[in-house]
Amino acid sequence: MKGFTYLRKVATLKLDQGKCIGCELCTEVCPHQVFSMADKIATITDLDACMECGACSVNCPVAAIQVDTGAGCASGLINEWLREHNIGGSIGDCCT
Amino acid sequence: MTSVGQIPRIGSKLSFEDDVGACKARWGIGRMDYIVPPGLYAIGHPSAEDPVLVTANYKMSYDIVRQQMANRNVWLLVLETFGINVWCAAGKGTFGTIELIERIEHSELVKLVSHRQLLLPILGAPGVAAHEVKKNTNFTIRYATIRAQDLPEYLDNGMVTTRAMRELTFSLWERLILIPIELVGALKATAVIMAILALVLCIFGGIAAGVAAVTGYLGAVLIGVVIAPLLLPWLPGRSFSIKGAIAGMAWALVFSVFIGRAGFTTPAILAALLGIPAVSAFYTLNFTGCTTFTSRSGVKKEMRLALPVMGCAIIACFLLLIGSRFL
Repeated sequence: MKGFTYLRKVATLKLDQGKCIGCELCTEVCPHQVFSMADKIATITDLDACMECGACSVNCPVAAIQVDTGAGCASGLINEWLREHNIGGSIGDCCT
Repeated sequence: MTSVGQIPRIGSKLSFEDDVGACKARWGIGRMDYIVPPGLYAIGHPSAEDPVLVTANYKMSYDIVRQQMANRNVWLLVLETFGINVWCAAGKGTFGTIELIERIEHSELVKLVSHRQLLLPILGAPGVAAHEVKKNTNFTIRYATIRAQDLPEYLDNGMVTTRAMRELTFSLWERLILIPIELVGALKATAVIMAILALVLCIFGGIAAGVAAVTGYLGAVLIGVVIAPLLLPWLPGRSFSIKGAIAGMAWALVFSVFIGRAGFTTPAILAALLGIPAVSAFYTLNFTGCTTFTSRSGVKKEMRLALPVMGCAIIACFLLLIGSRFL
């Protein structure tokens, strides 16, 4: 995104090009232009721009895209960690 | 009156109450009740050929869309997202495939429109599987634009999404309008911590120490919640905690000069230089939840590295404060 970059080489986005049918939906739903088309096959051209929203994965009709999605703020992740470890309490949540 | 009964017709002009309601929601006042009933609405006098837009039942989302549709004839299908905006609701799955399918069936849209196409906001895509909706309802989904403000141009240009319409931005204004709700969110914890700090330091260090601690802490929170998000693109580093720590350090240095002149000891000054950047860094890191470009994996990595450092800085800060009492 113009003027903004986040940590490099962390995004969990994976594309199985063997499954791709070239529908281009991933290029339409991605708000960060992570994908582009080459020879009618989708390709990841800007992995570091991926914010792991999951739009591409949900909309891929042949399930060729995998990505780890979920809460992306510190308090959301701390709450998730508290739940995973069966510790009560919450420090407030984002996206409510 | 239509073939499926009465469809509420809604205006495109926002009233003073709508503006006040939006402003209150930005500050978290009545935000969870800021909703409109889900279902189908008519803007203008839509016919069977006119487009169907889909949005969330958060009143601010609904208001922004209908305002953009002034002097047009469109159908507006509002999904039950329990008062959450499109993007967050898509992440939670309420702006989702099942809700959309059910809402299409419930509104009897097939009887109202001759086409089989729905226009969705691009940021709704994380919740909606277009191919599933097509399979179940025969409606094709077109992801139109990110911003409702681009919808008029999109509709006028034969429904073509330009590159700019599908590109996220995070301008100074877009960051600024998120800050009120972040401030409200931080209020409770900040008040509790400030009360404890004031009490403990007043008892063990006197009133001046209490006032200084509360001022330093409040400044650190405001740097993390307000200043660092506003200065985001200009603060050095990719990591939010580093950006926050740098902004916090600037405040810590100014604060240290003041308390130094007021006669506070070196350990107390060192405590401020350690504690303030840590608090600012934490709140800036939490702003990742509001941004439009940070990834969950990135935040996880940053937390693994930054939280222990912040924790150590806070512990060192306390040890120094205790030390300053006895040195």
